[in-house]
Amino acid sequence: MSRCRKMFFKIFTSIFLVILLSINVQSFAADGEALFKANCASCHKVDKDFTGPALKGWKDRVPADGWIYKWMANPAEQTDAYATALKAKWKPTIMTNFPQLKKEDIDGILKYIDDWAPPVAPTGATGQADGSGDSLLFGILTLVLAVIAFILLQVNSSLRKLSDDKEGVLRPEPVPVYKNKTYLMMGVLLLFALGGYYTINGAIGLGRMQNYQPEQPIYYSHKVHAGTNQISCLYCHGGAQDSKQASIPSVSQCMNCHKAINKYEGPDELVKEDGTAVDGTAEIQKLYDYAGWNATTKTYNPDTNNDGIADGAKPIEWIKVHNLPDHVYFNHSQHIKVGKQQCQTCHGNIQEMPEVYQFSTLSMGWCINCHRETKVDFYNKENATGNKYYSIYEKFHKDIKSGKMDSVTVENIGGTECQKCHY
Amino acid sequence: MSNKKYWQSFGELNQTASFEESTKNEFKEELLPLADLDDKGILDAQTPRRDFLKYLGFSTAAAALAASCETPIRKAVPYLNRPDNIIPGVPNYYASTYINGGDAISVVVKQRDGRPIKIEGNELSTITNGGTNAQAQASVLDLYDNTRLRYPMQKDGSGFKEVTGFDAFDNMVGAAIAGKAVALLTSTVNSPSTLAIIEEFKVKYPTGRHIQYDAISYSGMIQANEACYGKKAIPSYHFDNAKVIVSLGADFLGTWISPTEFSNQYSKNRKISGEQPELSKHFQFESTMSLTGSNADDRYTHKPSETGAVAVAILNALNGAAASFSDTKLNEGIRLAATNLKSAAGNALVVCGSNDVNIQIVINAINEAIGANGKTINWAIRSNYKKGIDGDMVTLINDMNSGAIGAVLIHDVNPVYSYSDSKKFKDALAKVVSVSFNGTMDETTELCKYILPSHHWLESWGDAEPKTGYYSLLQPTINPLFKTRAWQTSLIKWSSAAGSMVNDYETYFKTYWNAKLGSTDLYNKALQDGVIEPSAILPITAGTFSNSKLTEAITAAASVQSGAVEIILYQKISIGNGSQANNPWLQELPDPITKVTWDNYAMISPAMALSLLNLDVMNQERGKQSDYEVHPEKPVIKITVNGKSVQLPVIVIPGMNAATIALAVGYGRESASKETTADNIGKSANGAGKNVYPLVSFNGTNSYSSVATVEKTDTKYPLAQTQVHGFTESRPVIYETNLKSFVANPESVLEEITKEKIAITIGGSKDFVKDATIYPDYDKPGIKWGMSIDLNTCTGCSACVVACTAENNVSVVGKMQVQRAHEMHWLRIDRYFTGDLENPDVVFQPMLCQHCDNAPCENVCPVAATNHSSEGLNQMTYNRCIGTRYCANNCPYKVRRFNWLDYTGADSFADNQNPMVGTYMDASVMQMNDDLTRMVLNPDVTVRSRGVIEKCSFCVQRLQETKLEAKKQQDPKLVRNVKVACMQACPTNAISFGNVNDKQSDIYKIRNVEQTHRAFYVMEQLHVLPNVSYLAKVRNTERHIGVEEETNAAV
Repeated sequence: MSRCRKMFFKIFTSIFLVILLSINVQSFAADGEALFKANCASCHKVDKDFTGPALKGWKDRVPADGWIYKWMANPAEQTDAYATALKAKWKPTIMTNFPQLKKEDIDGILKYIDDWAPPVAPTGATGQADGSGDSLLFGILTLVLAVIAFILLQVNSSLRKLSDDKEGVLRPEPVPVYKNKTYLMMGVLLLFALGGYYTINGAIGLGRMQNYQPEQPIYYSHKVHAGTNQISCLYCHGGAQDSKQASIPSVSQCMNCHKAINKYEGPDELVKEDGTAVDGTAEIQKLYDYAGWNATTKTYNPDTNNDGIADGAKPIEWIKVHNLPDHVYFNHSQHIKVGKQQCQTCHGNIQEMPEVYQFSTLSMGWCINCHRETKVDFYNKENATGNKYYSIYEKFHKDIKSGKMDSVTVENIGGTECQKCHY
Repeated sequence: MSNKKYWQSFGELNQTASFEESTKNEFKEELLPLADLDDKGILDAQTPRRDFLKYLGFSTAAAALAASCETPIRKAVPYLNRPDNIIPGVPNYYASTYINGGDAISVVVKQRDGRPIKIEGNELSTITNGGTNAQAQASVLDLYDNTRLRYPMQKDGSGFKEVTGFDAFDNMVGAAIAGKAVALLTSTVNSPSTLAIIEEFKVKYPTGRHIQYDAISYSGMIQANEACYGKKAIPSYHFDNAKVIVSLGADFLGTWISPTEFSNQYSKNRKISGEQPELSKHFQFESTMSLTGSNADDRYTHKPSETGAVAVAILNALNGAAASFSDTKLNEGIRLAATNLKSAAGNALVVCGSNDVNIQIVINAINEAIGANGKTINWAIRSNYKKGIDGDMVTLINDMNSGAIGAVLIHDVNPVYSYSDSKKFKDALAKVVSVSFNGTMDETTELCKYILPSHHWLESWGDAEPKTGYYSLLQPTINPLFKTRAWQTSLIKWSSAAGSMVNDYETYFKTYWNAKLGSTDLYNKALQDGVIEPSAILPITAGTFSNSKLTEAITAAASVQSGAVEIILYQKISIGNGSQANNPWLQELPDPITKVTWDNYAMISPAMALSLLNLDVMNQERGKQSDYEVHPEKPVIKITVNGKSVQLPVIVIPGMNAATIALAVGYGRESASKETTADNIGKSANGAGKNVYPLVSFNGTNSYSSVATVEKTDTKYPLAQTQVHGFTESRPVIYETNLKSFVANPESVLEEITKEKIAITIGGSKDFVKDATIYPDYDKPGIKWGMSIDLNTCTGCSACVVACTAENNVSVVGKMQVQRAHEMHWLRIDRYFTGDLENPDVVFQPMLCQHCDNAPCENVCPVAATNHSSEGLNQMTYNRCIGTRYCANNCPYKVRRFNWLDYTGADSFADNQNPMVGTYMDASVMQMNDDLTRMVLNPDVTVRSRGVIEKCSFCVQRLQETKLEAKKQQDPKLVRNVKVACMQACPTNAISFGNVNDKQSDIYKIRNVEQTHRAFYVMEQLHVLPNVSYLAKVRNTERHIGVEEETNAAV
């Protein structure tokens, strides 16, 4: 026992130290990475041309030291020779203004670009045996024990029969096992219990669609977009921070990038769930059909019927993967903007999914559980950190001060009450 | 407490046996299949065990089948090009203007994902200050009315055929009206750009003219003003400057000229504030019990024919002459009113609802004599709501008959329905080329040759100038749903020269306002604000008064022919003149006085009920009054005026003049052939009431009152009344006092209840909340929501009821279901009578879920579907409710509603309700199930299905939205911006709402600082600890009211 504890402490301390050190070293670069993913990744790659030029080696290309800041603030207004050449090369696309980025932000992004190294393919299996092995073991053990118990019972009855015969006690012929009422009753009860358990669970699970993975009208891979190309989730699902719906991007938004990207040349192999290979370029062509875009002339089809959209263009009818019942009110912005949750918390590692499937159960128990455990960004009066909105919870402030509470969970502020989600 | 102070019905007042009986069965349902088990045992029941098992088996199988079907595939279809300003799921708000006839209210339209779903008042408008009325609130539903016309049409035999393309229509009509004298027949137009277009139109058709026709006209007033002030117009009124208000039958809080504006002004002097509170003094002289009359401090009744005489008597009384009516109370009232008017030194106002020129001249003379002209009457700014002159219509019809007018273009009027001599108009219409721009196939449109439906106001550009210099702009909030076109565009096209640059109204409108405002920036700002108002408030200016016609007018006004029985026609706050008759929200809105829905009826006094029907509602020993009140079937009477008669059921209302029968216009809409009414005019309007416009008589101006003969019939007709559906078992719910006692001793008004509370609290403790119960006290650590309703400023206008319906997807149940007490309104307005049985005082009390902190409903729910939140909300969880209705039984306020049927089509099975229609459910309910109509539903609120209880949620979706915004901005102060739907709709700001834990909030201040002597909770002694407080009513009268009255009566 004491050895175990020692080992545990050793491991714990080393992990702690590693994390601490890596945080210190990584923090600046991490900011740059986050900013890059949020602002740049939808159009730029570090190592190769994308909607915009590859950014690696930018320092050698720019005409002057401060040029990059001016360019980022307002690309359209830069008229020097390099800027003009750049614009001519990437016509008609022009880079978005980023006046909101401060100098240090830009420095962070640039540092990230300079330090960037191509990702190394993971070697060897990193996964560990999880709990499922244990339960199998327990199951086998139970079965073995049950068999032993059965044999012992049989041995017991045989021995008793032998001893009875010896002592001359007359007993009725023993009933064979399959006619033994006790065993039959036990069997029936067991079946009833099991049947009941599965029926109830099945009934509870009606309408729940964990792992639901419908085939979409276009093979759209989040792995390619969010994973390999590192496009920020919010670039396409901007509603997640403003609205109850994360919203699916409009076709025109897809075309922001795909006007330039008309071939799939990515490193990932595109494979459907059933194993068939997918031609990425053909899927992009499907998008062009929806958008009414002519890939050869690189223009939208003319609008001859005057309905305000290019001829042949029509919205994409995606199949909704995550369905909540109508009586549930769910607000993305509450969770993303106020609760500061990651998309992956509920949607799983979406950046690794070729085709999206429902990762969580989306059951009420699953929601409630998270609300019970998650701490809110509670306002700390002493150092004015946290969300100031929570300053109204005077009682909790007192309790925290006096040590009665150590943190405030979503449940504490009413996050498990019916009318937080049902109205 | 045997002598009740406040009563809702005669039965309650007299405690009759059948009333007692009726109150026992709260839900009034005939029970479903297992009804008759009562005392016979299960085997002898009509529905034996086997049937029970069949039902059980079927429902289990059906449920299993329905549940195990494959999960449907749901699509998510994003935009092709998302507009910049739309984020799916986030509403946008656009300023616009509600237009109906001449009515114009500046509003803000809430638009969700491209659909307008809610109307709010525009707080930038100084006319309404953000107030609305029931009709404006309901008008969003008119947009999705499935009777709206979908394309231009032309007459084809007995029916109509579609005209494809507007150009084809233009060519056809252009040819038809070319060279003819074209008359433009519209409702009052106060849009400056439209008036400019009409002027241009008249240039092209010089022989034509523009006639403005108001279904209920103010012609008498306009003509009287022409005689007295030389101005053919209506001035603007300042009820906020009036310390004394005398109204002669003018329902200025309900329907008269601009009720939303006047309610807002009136309420300013009806609020109690400060140490020495002052109130305006409001006298009402009238024949029927109007909404305004029910709010008056002192109210007197007279026959409709005596209106002129009363006006003359007030004029004379100002000079000291005593009135000489046979009714001494009336004489005393006139003396009191005159004394008060005189002493107000000009801060007084006399208004009159009569459409008689002579009476209005006398009223002008009174206002001149008391100095109101220039203080409360402003001639510098005119009211442009109503401009119709009755004589013009008569001339028009004559000219149509004679051929002097060859073509009539009709917009927004329906004279075939609302004109007194409908037949004459119909005949004249047949002789001319007729074009209708009306949006639905109404009585007039179906007789026209060409139809080019105009947009609904929510689809339109436009402007309005309700008062001189005060503009309100319209902008479309949705693309036109159908092939409709702005009627102004038609006028422009038909009158402009070929090749003209401007040939549609949108361009015209933009050019017009850009030029008028000087720049695009100012234009955009004006559109965003919705209103353009004078930068400085102009001083109130008097008109120059001439009394040349006065003597003549006095003689004429005092000598109107009178009769033993007289009728008076009035408008209801819901249906108004009948243009919105197919709006189910308005049809189901109970009238504030009679509480009747879906019908009009003859309002009569108890005295007339006794003499005419031998129905003695005042005395429980005689007559069969109980039957009358308890059963929906009411006796029908036949009223005849000038040879035209109408049969209507009676409603007995105390406070009616004994000789007067009051009839509401706006009902009885009917197509030429009865079968097509439901399709053309609508399922809701079909069969609702009778048309009483034919009883209007014309003698220079339209007269809305006449001498009549009346006789009883043997028939009965059911009326769906909502009052006494929620009955409070004799517990006191209203506290009231008069101003003098309140100033003398503010504590007196709540003395009784305060004593009672102390008596039931554990000895020695003063903490009623904690120490009068065995239940524990729960913390409300963050927010605690609370509402306060001021009974002093609540006028009963019911805008809140419709606002609540629109915001919370409250279903329409139809007349049959209202009769069975199944109405769904989350917020109702209870009407109580008190005092003098012949002329009682009226108190309105909005009643909604009180969100009790110690709620009786919560304890009895077997599945915990209703429980309490840490913010003080009584939460109702529909998907958990199994429909036992224990909670509704246990609610002392009777505010919980049960979904008896699938009113909204929310059940899983399509067409589930079809077998119900006709037997349990009216066709009008199905109107709300239409795909088009369902576009009005608020996507943030669950649409409830059959079998669950629902009730007021304090607009929890709005509370959550406000909190989310405050959290995003990290600013708790933003919570103070919260507005619930009823509060936002209220024109008098009678409702306050907020966080009681926030000491800076209005609600905290009202309860604990400003109105401590008036704030009470209904049935507080039950210790249910409601979160809705009321402020006791204070009347400015010399009479003793409330508690004191009883003591006095006893002496």
